[in-house]
Amino acid sequence: MTSTARPEAGEAAERPPEPAVVGQADLEALAHRIRHHIVDMCGAPEGGHLGGSMSAADILAVLYFSVLRVDPARPRHQDRDIFLLSKGHAAIALYATLAERGFLPVAELGGFGNRPGRLMGHPVTAVPGVDMPTGSLGHGLSLGIGFAMAARWAASRRRTFVLLGDGELQEGSCWEAVMAGAGHGVDNLVAIVDRNGLQLASGTEQVCPVEPLAGRWRGFGWEVREVDGHDHAALSDALAGTPWVPGSPSVVIAHTVKGRGLPFLAGKPAGHYVTLSAENRERAHRILDIGARRGGRA
Amino acid sequence: MNGPVATRTAYRDHLIRLMRTDPQVVCVDTDTGLFAGADFGPAAERYLNLGIAEQNAMGVAAGLAASGWRPYVNTMAAFAASRAVEAVKIDIAYNALPVCIVATHGGVAAGHLGPTHHALEDLAVMRALPNMTVLIPGDAAACVSLLEQVRDRSGPAYVRLGRKATRALPRTGGAPAVGELQDMRDGDDVVIVATGPLPTLRSLAAADVLRRRENTHAAVVQAHTLKPFDPAALLGRVCSARLVVTVEEHWRTGGLGSTVAEVLADACGPPLVRLGFPDRFAQSPATQEQLLDAAELTATGIAERIRRALRAGRRRTAV
Repeated sequence: MTSTARPEAGEAAERPPEPAVVGQADLEALAHRIRHHIVDMCGAPEGGHLGGSMSAADILAVLYFSVLRVDPARPRHQDRDIFLLSKGHAAIALYATLAERGFLPVAELGGFGNRPGRLMGHPVTAVPGVDMPTGSLGHGLSLGIGFAMAARWAASRRRTFVLLGDGELQEGSCWEAVMAGAGHGVDNLVAIVDRNGLQLASGTEQVCPVEPLAGRWRGFGWEVREVDGHDHAALSDALAGTPWVPGSPSVVIAHTVKGRGLPFLAGKPAGHYVTLSAENRERAHRILDIGARRGGRA
Repeated sequence: MNGPVATRTAYRDHLIRLMRTDPQVVCVDTDTGLFAGADFGPAAERYLNLGIAEQNAMGVAAGLAASGWRPYVNTMAAFAASRAVEAVKIDIAYNALPVCIVATHGGVAAGHLGPTHHALEDLAVMRALPNMTVLIPGDAAACVSLLEQVRDRSGPAYVRLGRKATRALPRTGGAPAVGELQDMRDGDDVVIVATGPLPTLRSLAAADVLRRRENTHAAVVQAHTLKPFDPAALLGRVCSARLVVTVEEHWRTGGLGSTVAEVLADACGPPLVRLGFPDRFAQSPATQEQLLDAAELTATGIAERIRRALRAGRRRTAV
């Protein structure tokens, strides 16, 4: 504890937010609904970043329904956990998750990308539950260090989670933050890399390799765990138990499939940004439902 | 008393006082050498030297500010306004967070260190950003006064400081107030609008030259705040002048000259001469003073440009 005051004007501190308690079957159902919302938003006139949203859907479901200490009724509570979607192009996945968690009406998702709504193509703070606008890549982890250092100085139990894209790691600013996070022992900070292997044009390893990814993070001083980014139990175990080593920040490399849930786009660069026709949207919904009945595997 | 003091020295002493007395203030450093943790005594924990990583520093400061702290980020103007500008724009300005970006080595204060360390674009860049307050203290006392005024503001500020000691400006017109123009000297014929320590000192000297040699009476107005900039305050001072001249340690694009030109264009004001650095990078090692000399930003250089402009104006009027 420091001699410093807690500066943040927050809501009543007596009952800090706690994680939602949701069973595995419900988590599957939530992730499934999030994917349906993503498909719907990609059917909006301007389309959306479908691939990277589908790859992140399970990570977001697990975060918001079993890990994050947040409360939709008190979205600015000073001891809430912070989540930053550094890969801000997955905004539709975040909006869908926030809606399912009760931060905004599910019906509002229908206004994505259109006036007079507030759901811009990259996250904006006008949306309850969004702490920082993101979208330009390579910003989230630095912001996260700021939030985490603030919590340390305020002796808050707040944790900060930052979801990064794997292609995003080509931005040099990420590595400034990776270095600083370890160097300053920011152990209330958790990075998650959505390792779907693809960026806009093709595979990350074809464009500008990010491997050996785990070794790079370890070399910078982070504690690293690799999980199946679609395995809710594995994600939940890894994320809820941080910091794994006191004094060290944690990174979960979540191996995912871009476009997960839609075999006709899964793992294909063409699924990066998609405008779905009404016909393809309905087709996508049907495929998602079939996949869910078969056990959720794309 | 009142010997030359660098604005960055004044800032350093001020921030050490602030850190020790205001528990919300944090110092985010980029290994500038301006501070050591021990300077802050019991507040040393809130001194965060993030190393040579300016983009990261801006993002970290934004995260801190969003959590209720009041960060002061130290770097050089070249790195604040160019290397880190996207983080400044998105993380700080877009969120209107109360981060004070304190940039030393403004203009050509880095002298012989060369164009990599010069910042002749920083004012243009920073004033283009919504929510940003842009300050250029004219001397050490003004630096402390302006910093104190922005201490509790809700949005970000960019404060351009120098490197070497400069003389105190005359205490005319009282203490500087953020957003206002400061009258340094009266005159009816010409209004010189200057910003920064050396341009203001040299503009005052140019006014002396004009009075002595030409019997031309030049007012000198100091624009220590480039944003917000009050158009009415400028127009009220220049409406009856024959000529307006801007003097700045900045490329002639985007800074004070452009700010004044925008106001005058909207209002059909008097003719304007914009004095600053030519549209090129420095070619040889030189001190800050020598670089200003080479750009003809000297007392006689400024006076001569004004004399020529007034003569040209008379010829046009005669035609």
